[in-house]
Amino acid sequence: MIRQPLRPLTRILQARAKGESTEAIERENRRHRHEEMREKMRGRAALRLKFLAFCFFAAFSAIGGQMAVLASSDAEEPTIQSAEGPAPILSDRADIVDRNGRVLATNMETYSLYAQPQQMIDPHFAADELARIFPELDHERLVADFTGDRRFLWIRRQISPEQMQQVHDIGDPGLLFGPRQMRLYPNGSLAAHILGGSSYGREGVSSAEVIGVAGVERYFDARLRDPYQQDPLELSLDLTVQAVMEEVLGSGMVLMNAKGASGIIMDVYTGEIVAMASLPDFDPNDRPALPTSGSPADSPLFNRSLQGVYELGSVFKAFTAAAALDAGLVNPNTIINTEGPLTWGRFRISDSHRMDPSMPVSEVIAESSNVGTARIAQMLGIERQKAFLDSLGMLEPTQVEMAEAPTGRPQFPENWSELSMMTISYGHGLAVSPLHLAAGYATIANGGTRIVPTLLRQDGPQVGERIISRQTSDQIRSILRGVVSHGTASLAEVPGYNVGGKTGTAEKPIETGGGYYSDKVIATFSGIFPANDPRYVIIISLDEPVETSGPQPRRTAGWTAVPVAAEVIRRTAPLMGLRPAVERWAPESIHQASQ
Amino acid sequence: MTEMVYGAAPVRAGDPVLPRWWRTIDKFSMAGILGLFGLGMLLGLAASPPLAERNGLDPFYYVTRQAMFGGLAIAIMFVTSMMTPLLIRRLAVLAFLASFIALAMLPFFGTDFGKGATRWYSLGFASFQPSEFLKPVFVVLCAWLMAAGQEVGGPPGRMWSFIVAVLVAGLLVIQPDFGQACLVLFSWGVMYFVSGASMVLIFSIFGLVVGAGIVAYNSSEHFARRIDGFLAAEVDPTTQIGYATNAIREGGFFGVGVGEGQVKWSLPDAHTDFIIAVAAEEYGLVLVLAIIALFLFVTLRSLFRLTKERDPFIRLAGTGLACAFGVQAMINMGVAVRLLPAKGMTLPFVSNGGSSVLAAGLAVGMLLAFTRTRPQGGMSDIFGRGR
Repeated sequence: MIRQPLRPLTRILQARAKGESTEAIERENRRHRHEEMREKMRGRAALRLKFLAFCFFAAFSAIGGQMAVLASSDAEEPTIQSAEGPAPILSDRADIVDRNGRVLATNMETYSLYAQPQQMIDPHFAADELARIFPELDHERLVADFTGDRRFLWIRRQISPEQMQQVHDIGDPGLLFGPRQMRLYPNGSLAAHILGGSSYGREGVSSAEVIGVAGVERYFDARLRDPYQQDPLELSLDLTVQAVMEEVLGSGMVLMNAKGASGIIMDVYTGEIVAMASLPDFDPNDRPALPTSGSPADSPLFNRSLQGVYELGSVFKAFTAAAALDAGLVNPNTIINTEGPLTWGRFRISDSHRMDPSMPVSEVIAESSNVGTARIAQMLGIERQKAFLDSLGMLEPTQVEMAEAPTGRPQFPENWSELSMMTISYGHGLAVSPLHLAAGYATIANGGTRIVPTLLRQDGPQVGERIISRQTSDQIRSILRGVVSHGTASLAEVPGYNVGGKTGTAEKPIETGGGYYSDKVIATFSGIFPANDPRYVIIISLDEPVETSGPQPRRTAGWTAVPVAAEVIRRTAPLMGLRPAVERWAPESIHQASQ
Repeated sequence: MTEMVYGAAPVRAGDPVLPRWWRTIDKFSMAGILGLFGLGMLLGLAASPPLAERNGLDPFYYVTRQAMFGGLAIAIMFVTSMMTPLLIRRLAVLAFLASFIALAMLPFFGTDFGKGATRWYSLGFASFQPSEFLKPVFVVLCAWLMAAGQEVGGPPGRMWSFIVAVLVAGLLVIQPDFGQACLVLFSWGVMYFVSGASMVLIFSIFGLVVGAGIVAYNSSEHFARRIDGFLAAEVDPTTQIGYATNAIREGGFFGVGVGEGQVKWSLPDAHTDFIIAVAAEEYGLVLVLAIIALFLFVTLRSLFRLTKERDPFIRLAGTGLACAFGVQAMINMGVAVRLLPAKGMTLPFVSNGGSSVLAAGLAVGMLLAFTRTRPQGGMSDIFGRGR
């Protein structure tokens, strides 16, 4: 069909005019219209077909591309990924070192053992062999697990390299190993309470989180696990001093028949805790479970130095004296009436041994007169006493960097009465932890500025709030020196180190309330050395000591805690670089040969 | 006089069948399809011996079987491609009726072979899946209805075809076989699109499909589990998908070597739904890309040839067949690379399996018949070229 009539009706009209049938012409016209319609539709369909073709091309390219991506990636062992959340499990944990860089806690690569029973070739043989390698595993249980429809089970969380090799030798593809970081405390129980311990948190096949459960590990958990801060955590501890402290304290505890002991050595200027021990202790590599019976305070996990709050007794007299001296109420030579007993209502305050009816302040402390101290406290008054103890941090938990610090909350009467004031002046009625005591002694001995104990290595001295004047501090130091040179703590004398300090023997309150035991004491020595230029404060506290070498059992601190403290100082002071102040030896009899 | 004495030489109506077939058939597509079939045989050699071993048969039992069915399928393809569109249409409509009845009877006479879906008739020596045969003839039926609907004064063919499509899809969902149901709806949608559906309608249909998917997800545990498995971030490596992915990784670019593959020992469907994983593991990315290229080539070439087609029936039927062919391949391979949720769908011509390969032969034969060169009223037809 080549020629198209310009006006379709023309032909029909012409045909009609000639009397011919218009049927053929109309049919032809219809065919033309039909052709046109088809052509139009073909055009549209062609466009849409090309669109479809493009879609197919895109889809197949995507599949080919994905194939290429997969083919160029590495194949993985068919292992079951853990069903935990999408966050990757980071097993890295920074080391913990002491002030000299010696390792306190580190990580070791070990492996965990798990099974995919679906992959096993010979489940019965595998179960037999596993039961042989790990005798504690239940053979029947293993067979049931391996032949059942379980798809995954842990067998052991940690295995040794030898055990791993043995399991490997079974040769079953259904027994698989996952790498594990094991937290290792190479020094065993040394500094156990400070380090605390760790355990596994979220666990996957390829790694497991190691999380701190107590002590420094828990307090610095986020810091230690921070993948961007993997340099070791430097503590203020000195490993050797800590070791000596624990050894001497342990022997002392045995010799003095004590059921527990704690000891602290702290720098008086920086607040760095150089050693802090609590006995009995434990091995953080194998941290025992929490006790289910008995008093938690008797558990090895209990940190007596930090969590244990005790009425520490006469060691508090130093604070009373310091407050009174600083307030200008007395000077070291002010005569105090020590005639007892002092009665207050139905209470009587008396002294343990006979002493002069009146003594200067320095002797009141040296001879540890309860009556004398209570009279000084009366001069001081409730408000000033409370404010002074508060400024030393005695009424708040310590801020030290350990997870347990907030649990060491001091206990004192809500109603701080006149009587409370008098008993607290010599250390009864206010229970604080040995660490509180250490911080308090550091503050009054270092020239009078507030010290906050810390477990992190410091670069310089703390610049704390001034609590007492330098002059008062000097007076207190000389009083404390006097206690050792001719008072109750004479056994603390260590030649060359000028130890000063104060003893405290506090009867333990009966747990059920109502009075005190007469044969159970907390014996404490709180000292500074060297007293003329103090560098360190030392606290040694024994729980229920009794010294039985003499005819009478002796429980006072002067016979129990003090000799232990002296031994600790004798051994640790040289380790900490203190030079003994020996008398200048002037050998007059030797003359130079030339003369 | 000669004629009067010896009788007239027999006059043939039109050209002889074979030469005309050879002249007008799309030889490149046919070569591509034969190539796919050859690759299918090659992969069958790798993938089916483990299955034969599990079933205690001769190692190459399934290979010979596939060769037999494949030969039959090729024959069906050749014969079908020689038919005229008119004949195909008539036969296909009859075949549609037959397979529709077979599909409807499945719940009563079918078997599920322990796979949780009643899709097969067990014939003893072979199984027969009516939906495989239903797909191509359904496409032809719908194309006929739609094309008729496009004529001036024609019946409402689109509506009718839509009703048929919904019926078929409904029967497939009952089995349940969501994959085939989607494929059927997809083929219908593509034909509807090409037949000139309004864009507004297409978008509403798209929305409807999404809605249906959500309903299926919420109502069918079977379906929901597959989708969940797909959406889960971590692939469980002990599932088929996990094994397939790993096999592709193992294979790398050039494969682990002929016969060295491991995945065929672990995957129950290694010779059918996951044959691409076997190919990827043993022959590497190279062969996989070749297979993808062949499928793409056949699909695209058919679609481009159909753009020149004037006859709406041929165009629609060809479109439906080509797209069903391409999409089935796409879904199969998309599943193996985790671009699509796990769905049991064979790779046309490459996967082993009786009725699947026969149906593929039938479909491709019809596709080749529809893409044959025909006079389209253009100048080249008038001057006698391209016949």
